[in-house]
Amino acid sequence: MIVIEIGFARDDFAFNIVAQHSSTTTPAFYKLTAMWSSQEGSLLLWAWVLSIASSLALRATRKTLREIVPYATAVMMGIAVFFIGLMLFAGNVDPFMKSNPVPAEGVGLQPLLRHWAMMIHPPMLYSGYVSFTIPFAFAIGALITRSADSTWIRATRRFTLIAWTFLGFGLLLGSYWSYEELGWGGYWAWDPVENAAIMPWLMGTAFLHSVMVQEKRGMLRVWNVALIVTTFSLALLGTFLVRSGVLQSIHAFGDSTVGPYILGLIAIVVIGSTLLIISRLDDLRSERRIESFASREAIFLLNNLLLVALTAVIFWGTFFPLISELFTGDKASLAAPWFDTYTAPVAVGLVLFTGIGPLLVWKRMGWKNAKKTFTAPIVVSLIAGLAVLLLTDAGSEPLAFAIFLFGIFTLVALSTELWRGAIARRRLSGESLPVAAVSLVSRNRRRYGGYIVHAGIAFLLIGIAASSSFQTKEDITLKPGESATVGAYNLTYKRPTVDVTNERISFGADLLVSRDGGKPVLLNPSRNYFRPNGEPSGPIASYFDGEATSEIGLQSGLRRDFWTAVQPNMTKMNRTVARADAGFRRCIRGAPGTPPACGAVGKMMRAAAADPSIRPVALDQIQQLQVATIRKVADGYLTEDSAATFRVLVNPMVTWMWIGALIAISGAMIALWPTARGRRARAVATRAAKVKAGKPMPGSPAGGESGS
Amino acid sequence: MTIVYGTVMLLLVAAFVAAPLLRNESGPVGADPAVADLETRKEMRYREIREVELDHAAGKISDEDFRTQDAELKAEAVEILDQLDQLKQRPADETA
Repeated sequence: MIVIEIGFARDDFAFNIVAQHSSTTTPAFYKLTAMWSSQEGSLLLWAWVLSIASSLALRATRKTLREIVPYATAVMMGIAVFFIGLMLFAGNVDPFMKSNPVPAEGVGLQPLLRHWAMMIHPPMLYSGYVSFTIPFAFAIGALITRSADSTWIRATRRFTLIAWTFLGFGLLLGSYWSYEELGWGGYWAWDPVENAAIMPWLMGTAFLHSVMVQEKRGMLRVWNVALIVTTFSLALLGTFLVRSGVLQSIHAFGDSTVGPYILGLIAIVVIGSTLLIISRLDDLRSERRIESFASREAIFLLNNLLLVALTAVIFWGTFFPLISELFTGDKASLAAPWFDTYTAPVAVGLVLFTGIGPLLVWKRMGWKNAKKTFTAPIVVSLIAGLAVLLLTDAGSEPLAFAIFLFGIFTLVALSTELWRGAIARRRLSGESLPVAAVSLVSRNRRRYGGYIVHAGIAFLLIGIAASSSFQTKEDITLKPGESATVGAYNLTYKRPTVDVTNERISFGADLLVSRDGGKPVLLNPSRNYFRPNGEPSGPIASYFDGEATSEIGLQSGLRRDFWTAVQPNMTKMNRTVARADAGFRRCIRGAPGTPPACGAVGKMMRAAAADPSIRPVALDQIQQLQVATIRKVADGYLTEDSAATFRVLVNPMVTWMWIGALIAISGAMIALWPTARGRRARAVATRAAKVKAGKPMPGSPAGGESGS
Repeated sequence: MTIVYGTVMLLLVAAFVAAPLLRNESGPVGADPAVADLETRKEMRYREIREVELDHAAGKISDEDFRTQDAELKAEAVEILDQLDQLKQRPADETA
């Protein structure tokens, strides 16, 4: 990794990976992160992260789990060997492959990937996928050694949570990139590769909840090993989908030939693990049964079933093209509305359980206690729901309204839970209420960190429901100086803009936007046309042969986002470019009537053809001439008075989606962070002494951390 | 300069992520594996005892359920402590 990164930093095009995915003009930040835009770089990242995660896991368990660790190590190393083997033997995916001949300039980074989020998104996703190897490996180790208790779960809990957090953060970054870069205005398209990333995350969420049931109640042992096997298999499937190209995806840049090998690994993992689980069913019997439906374990089980159902729906929708091709010969895809129809009702149930779960207790909750615990959240959320119904048009979308209602219920439930906990702690410890609240969270990080995650998920789902159900979308064509109205917004296309570099030409717009007649804000959406990757020079028309990306104009707010992308009308420009190219060719030939400089460049080109040593100088001169020409051509766009089409979206509350996701991640970090060992050890020692002495346990949760 | 910033950021993130993993949650370092496993189970029971206490104090568990659960958990904790004592005495017995 370090050697390749140094190669990228130094523009060492002797490495094929550097030559194919970077260039001297690539900004430094993108150079450092360009590695994982390649197939071979991604595989190297997999193996590298897995090595680090495995080392950390072995260090964390170096004095425990003596029986399980050797088998877990074998599994982790087996997976690592597989990915290292792919790089060495699968052909053309060796990150250390040399360029022959070594080019003077690299191809550069894919234009669509030139976004800060897209540079962090792949390592986050991969770290998530890879980290799920650890709990999977220890689960296999526990199955082989018939260690059916929850020791392996406790030992790998933090790895599971880290995997979940990384994967979630990766999904968030991918959504943000889609919202900002792809120019269609959405953050989630139900693209196969997006689906492949969210499926292990959903199953990981189910696993994180169900392992608590095993830890506390000794139940769901078969379920838990089945969940982690499924989660890990889906993580491998995510890697397979990005790299196989079997399904049509916006991530087509990931296509390569390693797909069949990864599919083989998935088959081994699924079949091997299933046989192992079946052979250990006797050891995996539950110690207890669910005593009451009014218990946390019952709700966790229901939440698990919903998460699995959601994953199954997404799996079916994602692979439907392959299934339909198998039976009908046609690859029929299922579009976003199909996914929305089946996933939205499940999301409603999930947000409800996100609120109910923390209110319940383990084993059973009596009617009186339930009434006391649930009354305030139900009453407050009903009043708030009524206000939403009366003051907004939320009632027109029942599913979205249900998510608002249950989301509010969840937020109120979590607030009351924190409030009650702080009051109880104040009573038990004698601290002031603010100190008690802080102590409560800091000493019960797993429990209250989890509650913060739940609050973040509630905000996130509210943001998704509002922005997807109440979005305003219009395509407007305007000439410079013209205005239009979209809802409460007034838009004025003030003037066209142009920006030219050696790599791309950008046509944009100065757009004045005001809401309800308020102070106008200037937005600058643009459409960027890139030359094909690695094209050092060519006709001016080559600027339009490569990829095109959108720079959006965005006015974000807590209540709504105003989002716009521009599509310039290129009809006149194309004619001008064709004329310019013809003129450029005449110039190079030194045709009559062309400036004397043209003849000089033509001579230089012919000399370069005969003597390769002066090619770089010749290419540089031609490029300078071309950029000067394209600047003149582009300047014509400023005065040609062409219309441009603006896609305008007003997305309500979409910011809450990003805020919710960040709250969830911060909650996961709190849950992840251990309490100080010294304090915990002292508390444990004190309690041990008191329990042994037969003294009643002091009724204080002040002593240390508690798990939830 | 960007490369330096990038490297520093990467190291900070790596340190932040690795820190919790470097703490041994599975038992005290240097202990016999069986002792370490029991210590982990013991800590788990203590946590559960504290959690039940907190839920009871917050009015989520009835007095009757609290007494039952508290007694069960404490009995389990004592049983683990007895097993720990036996394991810790074993080397001394073996030496004698």
